[in-house]
Amino acid sequence: MRHTISITVANEAGELSRIVGLFSARGYNIETISVGKTLDQKWSKATIVTCGDEATIEQIVKQCARLARVKEVKAVTTLPHIEREMALIDVSVKAGDERQEVMSLVNIFRAKVVDISHEKMILELSGTQEKVDTFIEMLSPMAVNEVTRSGCVAINRLSPLEDSVKGLQYAA
Amino acid sequence: MDVSPQVRIAAGPAPQAKSGSEKIRGAEILIRGMIANGVDTIFGLPGGAVLHIYDELWRYREETTHYLVRHEQGAVHAAEGYARATGKVGVALVTSGPGATNAVTGIATAYMDSIPLVVITGQVPTAMIGTDAFQEVDTFGITIPIVKHSYLVRNVEELGSIVNEAFYLAQDGKPGPVVIDIPKDVTAQLANYQDDRGVTFDTRIDHKAPTREVVETTVEKLLAAQRPVFYVGGGVVSANAANELLAVVEKLNAPVTPTLMGLGAFPSAHPQCLGMLGMHGTYSANLAVAESDLLIAIGVRFDDRVTGKLNTFAPVAEVIHIDVDASNIGKLRKPQIPVVADAKQALAAIYAKLSQTTIDAEKLGAWWSKIRRWQTEVPLACEYSDTEIKPQQVIETLYEVTDGNAVIVTDVGQHQMWAAQFYPFKRSRQWLTSGGLGTMGFGLPAAMGAQIALPDETVVAVVGDGGFQMTNQEIITAIQYNVPLKVLIMNNGYLGMVRQWQEMFYDRAYSEVDLSVSPDFVKLAEAYGAIGLRASHPSELKEVLHEGLEFDGVAIMDIVVTKEENVFPIVPAGGESRNMILK
Ligand SMILES: Cc1ncc(C[n+]2csc(CCOP(=O)(O)OP(=O)(O)O)c2C)c(N)n1
Ligand SMILES: [Mg+2]
Repeated sequence: MRHTISITVANEAGELSRIVGLFSARGYNIETISVGKTLDQKWSKATIVTCGDEATIEQIVKQCARLARVKEVKAVTTLPHIEREMALIDVSVKAGDERQEVMSLVNIFRAKVVDISHEKMILELSGTQEKVDTFIEMLSPMAVNEVTRSGCVAINRLSPLEDSVKGLQYAA
Repeated sequence: MDVSPQVRIAAGPAPQAKSGSEKIRGAEILIRGMIANGVDTIFGLPGGAVLHIYDELWRYREETTHYLVRHEQGAVHAAEGYARATGKVGVALVTSGPGATNAVTGIATAYMDSIPLVVITGQVPTAMIGTDAFQEVDTFGITIPIVKHSYLVRNVEELGSIVNEAFYLAQDGKPGPVVIDIPKDVTAQLANYQDDRGVTFDTRIDHKAPTREVVETTVEKLLAAQRPVFYVGGGVVSANAANELLAVVEKLNAPVTPTLMGLGAFPSAHPQCLGMLGMHGTYSANLAVAESDLLIAIGVRFDDRVTGKLNTFAPVAEVIHIDVDASNIGKLRKPQIPVVADAKQALAAIYAKLSQTTIDAEKLGAWWSKIRRWQTEVPLACEYSDTEIKPQQVIETLYEVTDGNAVIVTDVGQHQMWAAQFYPFKRSRQWLTSGGLGTMGFGLPAAMGAQIALPDETVVAVVGDGGFQMTNQEIITAIQYNVPLKVLIMNNGYLGMVRQWQEMFYDRAYSEVDLSVSPDFVKLAEAYGAIGLRASHPSELKEVLHEGLEFDGVAIMDIVVTKEENVFPIVPAGGESRNMILK
């Protein structure tokens, strides 16, 4: 099962390598990873998409929570959540029909054109990982030159059950 | 778990000397910080990157004793021996590059056995980091997977609180090694020294007490069990929970089996002790676990050397797993009752609840008669010979000669297993061994560290002829500092444990295990300035042990034993633990 783990860790040199090192040492897979500061700049949040059965995910959460500089670990996907990924896509498109075709895809997917030249466009899209996958797939008849993806970020939904449903998480 | 803004730091002796207004070198901050954390013993070896630190050590030599080892692996094992024998944090100090890489084996050994250490490594100056400078190695990166926590100190202002936090983290919850990597320039820079123990970075405080509910369900299960077994490990030793364990199991009249790391946490000679379980465990311990209906696992981690084939381990038992490290629980075996708690507190709470109950003394009668039958069917035993010294006999004689009171430190191999089987331990921390990493070369330097920590105890290193040759250079360290180190070499002329596996599982193809070409250990001892004694005939054994152990100084006892003796019982790796090969 695919899961998204959110790890709040001290914003200090080396702490991210400790987390990444833990994943490789224990044979957990990292599909995507993205990191940024939290409100309190002392802490960063790393979002890691991984896969594994329930027991593996539980171990990942517990192992990460054990690190001295980790404040909180959540398996975001064990509760209702919102997940997004962003992609920047460089495509070769000639003016005319081809450009119209791309523009219609841009509209359907609510993507954006963020740069353009006579031969090329750079498109920006954000959405679920699946949506990004599909968009890139739909562009594939065109010459897609380069794709840069951010990796997923995720957050739990506001839930009326908030206080009673805990999901899988460890606060350190 | 709570989020707490501060690390709690146990109070130690206050630092003497100057107040916070005066600026001092990073090196002095380090030394004073260590002294403030109660450090009186440091094992190390200097080099370029730690010259300032050694300069300060020289100035503080009245307050803390540095032992100059001859190899950094020896420094870390000695610090481990010190820590394992006392529960205090062991300290090692090494230089950058090769100093740090030589320390890695010791750090990993401590990590696997959850031993509290602070290892200080020198580093090239900050400005040279990343330039492949002379004796530069990425110590922080290399040690990430084998430390509880680590620091690369980038600013002298942080150093004081880092030292405090390192000592706190090394001991807190599940203990472990902490590395502080300090660039040379940081040790020369000036800053104020404040003893700010108590004020450091946000971090976790482990929840140590079990909840009332979990204690209640645990007690219900304990009272209902027909065939309970207590499976206890190193966590009971590090939590100092031996008394609480004894109280609980005596109240219940339940059988106990310690792991290799748990030996001593429950008296081996106690009638309720079944002996060690696992690969070289006793027949009765392994069968009791196999048939148990309730396994109470305390401070253990279901190691493969214990469980054999995991899904046939305690196949019918419900499991209560008590451990301070949540990640240990459910890692390999999902317990019915997970108890994330300090073993001492959990056992005390269980006892408090149990003591309100009267327990039917006969309830486990049928279970005990089964166990007693297994014990008489296959006891741990060996036949002595008239011509050769049997390795098991060496351990039994050692027990006799030391009245069972010595602290036994072993290396890794057959001798280690015989010592575990044939020396009944009376107390926690009487048995020091490298269980998790299985590090040959551990025994001799670790025994030296333990003897330094416990000057009034008899400490004996029981080592193989193979492992002895990995770290015997530390004999000279013991000589230099008048540490009355006692080393018993179980000399079978082989890398014995490997030979045993080749004999049993590889058709006796003895590939690269022959140690018949070895130095004359007696002469070697004498070359170091120690006494060397040899026993090769059963008639000489007791006398040699007496003479060696009573000698006031370093004694190396070369005990020549049967070459091709095997450790039994043995559960082949990955096999079902009830299927032991008995002879
Ligand atoms: C550093 C290291 N290298 C290799 C091994 C693998 N190993 C385990 S036991 C053993 C043999 C040990 O021989 P010896 O020290 O003579 O002890 P004996 O088994 O003969 O009692 C070896 C090589 C190890 N545990 N540690
Ligand atoms: Mg040997």
